[in-house]
Amino acid sequence: MPNVMIRRNDEGKLTLYVAKKDLEDVIVHMEKDGADGWGGNVELADGSSYYLDPLDSEPKLPITLRARRGQS
Amino acid sequence: MAVMTREETEALIQEVLEVYPEKAQKDRAKHLTSNDPSLEQSKKCITSNKKSLPGVMTIRGCAYAGSKGVVWGPIKDMIHISHGPVGCGQYSRAGRRNYYIGSTGVNTYVTMNFTSDFQEKDIVFGGDKKLDKLIDEVETLFPLNKGITIQSECPIGLIGDDIEAVSKKKNKEIGKTVVPVRCEGFRGVSQSLGHHIANDAVRDWALDARDDDDTFAQTAYDVAIIGDYNIGGDAWSSRILLEEMGLRVVAQWSGDGSISEIELTPKVKLNLVHCYRSMNYISRHMEEKYNIPWIEYNFFGPTKTIESLRKIAAQFDESIQKKCEEVIAKYEPEWQAVVDKYRPRLEGKRVMLYVGGLRPRHVIGAYEDLGMEVVGTGYEFGHNDDYDRTLKEMGDSTLLYDDVTGYEFEEFVKRVKPDLIGSGIKEKYIFQKMGVPFRQMHSWDYSGPYHGFDGFAIFAKDMDMTLNNPCWKKLKAPWVANDAEETVAAEA
Repeated sequence: MPNVMIRRNDEGKLTLYVAKKDLEDVIVHMEKDGADGWGGNVELADGSSYYLDPLDSEPKLPITLRARRGQS
Repeated sequence: MAVMTREETEALIQEVLEVYPEKAQKDRAKHLTSNDPSLEQSKKCITSNKKSLPGVMTIRGCAYAGSKGVVWGPIKDMIHISHGPVGCGQYSRAGRRNYYIGSTGVNTYVTMNFTSDFQEKDIVFGGDKKLDKLIDEVETLFPLNKGITIQSECPIGLIGDDIEAVSKKKNKEIGKTVVPVRCEGFRGVSQSLGHHIANDAVRDWALDARDDDDTFAQTAYDVAIIGDYNIGGDAWSSRILLEEMGLRVVAQWSGDGSISEIELTPKVKLNLVHCYRSMNYISRHMEEKYNIPWIEYNFFGPTKTIESLRKIAAQFDESIQKKCEEVIAKYEPEWQAVVDKYRPRLEGKRVMLYVGGLRPRHVIGAYEDLGMEVVGTGYEFGHNDDYDRTLKEMGDSTLLYDDVTGYEFEEFVKRVKPDLIGSGIKEKYIFQKMGVPFRQMHSWDYSGPYHGFDGFAIFAKDMDMTLNNPCWKKLKAPWVANDAEETVAAEA
């Protein structure tokens, strides 16, 4: 259950950052991103995945959230 | 020796690794690689931020060094108590050249050593009472201090003293910021965790002090310099460039910085991050909490400085961008003269670097401006994201070494034969005795500043002074040197 920080990088892409793991990577796929909420299973460019509890809409970024191991 | 091919670099690494036992060999192999600029992510080629192997000579520091020495130490108007036995504070006292303005002992305290001088009885019965008393003494002797930080040394964590409780109590009593920093040396694998802990302490105990106070007059051009420790005056030579551009530098973190500057930082419009490794944590926090964007910049060498100035100006309106171009034009003749003078003397020289967490990649541009080539680089305590940023800066098939051991570094130097090495004091005398010109890239060898256009002139002069020093030709006694030449002649 690491704390992850989601922000937009210079190119406007969503990135996920885990301080403890030195991991900062672009999110290539997010399960819910639009009218039906925001979050769920996210997949990173390096292939790993995390699960964020879905929020109602896109929050103000950057934001720190608790993430769980995702189902890939 | 010409530029090495990938095979040669790999072979060199293999050869150097051979002396280790099998297990150590396997572990160290992950930390050494030849660079491949086409890779996006460093984790495919190099492992970093891992525990050093027992038995090898590592060059790293500890978490206490990261917090007391780097992040908190330079804040000049606070008193930083080395809480624990006397040694850690005394041996690290005034070791870093964090320049500052003020009268030491009156309103600034950076080069002084405050310690609770733990004895056996403090270990047995706990040191909280002593700390309490110490803070009272500090208040009596140095009433102009603006706050106190408690930098824990190893025993504090081991015996479980509650320095947070003491801090809260004293904060109420004296009405000044009192920050407990849990930076016991044994935490983490290097000073890097100390930076992180110190950043978290800033976040939890100091940063939000003036959140509800809007008496500070803000402008649209407020910026903060984050992660510049004013080594030899670096922050000052950076600051003048930003101010000439029309920006207002509200805070310097933390070289020549003060607690008030830290408290005002949440009110700036943009955070300029120089040392990403030691202060990205707080920048990310400020981005989330206060909506302050941050950008990395690099003020080493004219090419990178100009690039960074434009990048910073692009975050503001046209008036700043216009002034930025004026600043660039103004300094061009200055640095061009430096390049014209020193480039012919330094062209084609090869450099190996091994520094902390930022300079292994940041100074590459400055060397390239002088026509020099960096053939090997490595971080003491860099993480994967640092190597991500390094891959692109370095040439193909150059050596990358993470947490290099004394032995490996020596062997690499013997084989690669660089013309100059840039590293720290612990490596300096080994290489000078081997006859290789050496510059300290942590403390600028008691010179500096190296940042900005002003700094570049000093940088170029220092490199020339070291590399072309006649002493390197006189390392062998004349009769020995003659003997060697004769043997060569006889063999031929």
